[in-house]
Amino acid sequence: MNGNKMDLRFSALPENEAFARLAVSAFVLPLNPNLEEMEDVKTAVSEAVTNAIIHGYQGKGGEVRLQAQYDGESKSLCVEISDEGVGIADIQKAREPLFTSRPDLERSGMGFAVMESFMDQLEVQSALGKGTKVRMTKRFT
Amino acid sequence: MRHTLRGQTLTVYLSGELDHHSASQIRQELDALIRDSRARRLVLDLSSLTFMDSSGIGVILGRYNQMARRGGSLAVRKPSSQINRIFDLSGVYQIVERL
Ligand SMILES: Nc1ncnc2c1ncn2[C@@H]1O[C@H](COP(=O)(O)OP(=O)(O)OP(=O)(O)O)[C@@H](O)[C@H]1O
Ligand SMILES: [Mg+2]
Repeated sequence: MNGNKMDLRFSALPENEAFARLAVSAFVLPLNPNLEEMEDVKTAVSEAVTNAIIHGYQGKGGEVRLQAQYDGESKSLCVEISDEGVGIADIQKAREPLFTSRPDLERSGMGFAVMESFMDQLEVQSALGKGTKVRMTKRFT
Repeated sequence: MRHTLRGQTLTVYLSGELDHHSASQIRQELDALIRDSRARRLVLDLSSLTFMDSSGIGVILGRYNQMARRGGSLAVRKPSSQINRIFDLSGVYQIVERL
C-alpha cells in the first residue's frame, strides 16, 4: 500500500465536529488501526476542529480546513487542522494544561493536552489576525 | 434524557456523543433535572456514551460545581476507556468519584 491524502474544507459549524471525526476515521481505515488508535485520532481531531470553531472564529463562523495524509509502509499518519481566525498570542501558554481563555463557556483548557497525549506529536503554528494551524502525527502499530 | 430518582440520588444516563455541539443541550437538560429533583447526589451513567472530548470535562465540572453549591456530590460510572483516559488526564477524579 502506498500513500494517500485528503483535503477537506467545511464551515466552522458545531455540527461539523462530528463530520470531521467521521471523515478522518473513514480516511485512516485502510491502515487497519486498532480501536484505541482510531479513538485517539478522532478525539484529537475533534479537539482541534472545536478550537477552530470556538476560539479561532469565536463562534461567528468561517472555514476550517482538515488535511490528512498517511504512508502505508510506515503506517504513519499526519493530520493538519487550520483556520483563518484570530490566532493565538502566546502558544506556549495556550498549550499549558488547564489554561483556557473561555472559562465563561465552561471550557476546561484540556484540549491541547488531550491532543498531545492521544497523538505522538503536536505542533502549533499561529499568527495573530491570520489564523492557526495544528499539525499532529501518529504511527499505528 | 433517561433518569431515575431514588431518595436523594439522581441518576442520569447519558448516551451518544458528548462534544461541543451536543454539550449545550446536555448541559441544559442536566441543569433542569438537578433543579427539579433537588437531589443531593448526581450520578452520571456513561455506559451508552460512545464519544467524549474535552467539552465533556467542562460539562461535568460545571455540574460538579452546581452540586457542590447545594452541598451535594457528583459521581460517574462506566466510562469507556477513551473517556476514562480523558478523565485521568484532566484530573477529574480528584473531585469526582468513579463508581
Ligand atoms: N484555533 C485557535 N484559535 C485561537 N485560539 C485558540 C485556538 N486553539 C486554541 N486556542 C487558545 O488556546 C487555549 C487552550 O486551548 P485548549 O483546547 O487547550 O483549551 P480550551 O479550548 O480553552 O478548553 P477545552 O478544550 O478543554 O474545552 C484556548 O482557550 C484558546 O485561548
Ligand atoms: Mg479546546
